[in-house]
Amino acid sequence: MTNVLVCIKRVPEATGEVSLTADGRGIDGTHSGYTTSPNEECAVELAVQAADGGQATVLTLGPGDAIDQLRSALAVGMTDGIHIEADSDAYGPGDVAREIAAAVRAREAGGTAYDLILLGNDAADTGDFQVGVRLAYALGQPVVTGIQNVSVAGGVATLTGEGPDGTETYEVSLPAVVTILEGGVEPRYPSVMGRMKAKKAPVEVLAPSAAPAGSGRESLTVPPPPPNQVQVLGTGPAAAPAFVSTLVELGVIR
Amino acid sequence: MIAVLVEVEDGRAALVSQEALTFARGLAGDGDSVEAVVVAAPGTDLSAVVGDCAAYGVARVHVADSAELSSYAAAAWAGVLDTAAGDASVILAGGSNRGSEILAHLATRRDLPMAANAVSARVDGSTTTLQRQVVGGAVIETMTLAASPAILTLAGHAVEPVPADAPGAAEVVTTSPAIAADDLRARVVSVTPRAGGDGASLTRAKIVVGAGRGAGGPDGFGGVDALAAKLGGVVGVSRVVTSLGWRPHHEQVGQTGNRINPDLYVPCGISGAIQHWAGCSSSKTIIAINTDAEAPMVTKAAYAIVGDMHEVIPAILAELDKR
Repeated sequence: MTNVLVCIKRVPEATGEVSLTADGRGIDGTHSGYTTSPNEECAVELAVQAADGGQATVLTLGPGDAIDQLRSALAVGMTDGIHIEADSDAYGPGDVAREIAAAVRAREAGGTAYDLILLGNDAADTGDFQVGVRLAYALGQPVVTGIQNVSVAGGVATLTGEGPDGTETYEVSLPAVVTILEGGVEPRYPSVMGRMKAKKAPVEVLAPSAAPAGSGRESLTVPPPPPNQVQVLGTGPAAAPAFVSTLVELGVIR
Repeated sequence: MIAVLVEVEDGRAALVSQEALTFARGLAGDGDSVEAVVVAAPGTDLSAVVGDCAAYGVARVHVADSAELSSYAAAAWAGVLDTAAGDASVILAGGSNRGSEILAHLATRRDLPMAANAVSARVDGSTTTLQRQVVGGAVIETMTLAASPAILTLAGHAVEPVPADAPGAAEVVTTSPAIAADDLRARVVSVTPRAGGDGASLTRAKIVVGAGRGAGGPDGFGGVDALAAKLGGVVGVSRVVTSLGWRPHHEQVGQTGNRINPDLYVPCGISGAIQHWAGCSSSKTIIAINTDAEAPMVTKAAYAIVGDMHEVIPAILAELDKR
């Protein structure tokens, strides 16, 4: 049994066009909808596997609506939630790490110590790449980033991820902080039973522990798409000769 | 002084590091120098890396040589960079996972903010204003780092690597820093080389043939595999393909996969969602093959064939065979 905390973020879906809020400082997900960062969906899956009967807590810092993302994680096997209710756009990565650390310490004071804390490697929207590292230092724990598989035995986490020279393995004594990259596990779908359970699972709502310093964001812009200058070489198999002569023009083949 | 973390790849300065060195030279004001920090396992031959640094205008290369650095540990690497960077006004790394991780450690140790995925920056005393990619590059954020030094990583392939006009010799300073035990708590204990293709070959490939949902299933990749082999390229796939388990994740091109910058990219049956464009937008020429003439991948491409990849690719292979 391992007590696992997984930290997730509600982010706008970004499959089609991205639209900005009226003040140009945020991304408007009203039409696209919201989801959990892909890296964190994998972190949730790994947390459910690693907990193995231990406490499996899912935490988010976000607006009231972020309860949707907490419930999604609770529906696939997390046991309880922590919702730090705050406008996540006003919080920089240092602020978020401090708030998670405060929540972890509060749980410790209440008798629950987490052996393993999982986060996404980088959020799909802000891509700051640092909350996990800052959290680990705040808690005095070791940290490994960019991990795709986790297994826990005897107080040691064995972690694997892709490095420049191949698949790298880490063995880290718990407690530890680990950030997850997509690709090692397939997130499970919630069952009907899981969804029912999620509705009743306890979610502790916390207020932020301190005012945020902010992220330094001044504004956002959506770069205009490149002008459509596509040259259609043809339709169907008949276009094959044009494809090959284009490769010759480009110098790819002679 | 601007300090740049230079990563080693196949005995040379990694491409992302060459990009960072180019960017650093642009940031350096009059009388400002660029210094490189190289951390590698003891015994690694770094002569070519030092040569690369000199070619990119680096005045001094700091090389760390400690037995404790025999296997990668981000905190230890960050500690070395922290000491070598000294009172640098900017500390920069390329936008690799390693670079981002090490700078996150460094920023935390110095209790300073850090900006990831920068594409441009202006340093004005203790305030740096920069643009950086968010949402996989679909959105550009303008932000202020109200701290000195400015700690930032550069977005992958946002800058074309250009050697210096009039490079000099680089002075090499070798240090043997003491590594704190706490900084070795998380370190690589073993590395298993990947069999066959891997993400690293994809990020370096000059020709990439892509496949998406249009492949139709795990058996639908024969054509792209054959075309890639014929052109001397590598296969890359979209996120839906890896999510469905049709191909392994290390072949993914996209925000949650590899960022490629080939001379030629041939995406087949890929619609071109933001997630995918984030990984392939640096391709020099794109020839899309897609049934939908209005798909973003087609409208963003230089050339396109409108048609089913399963009909078009065999015709291309036959045409190539004729030559």
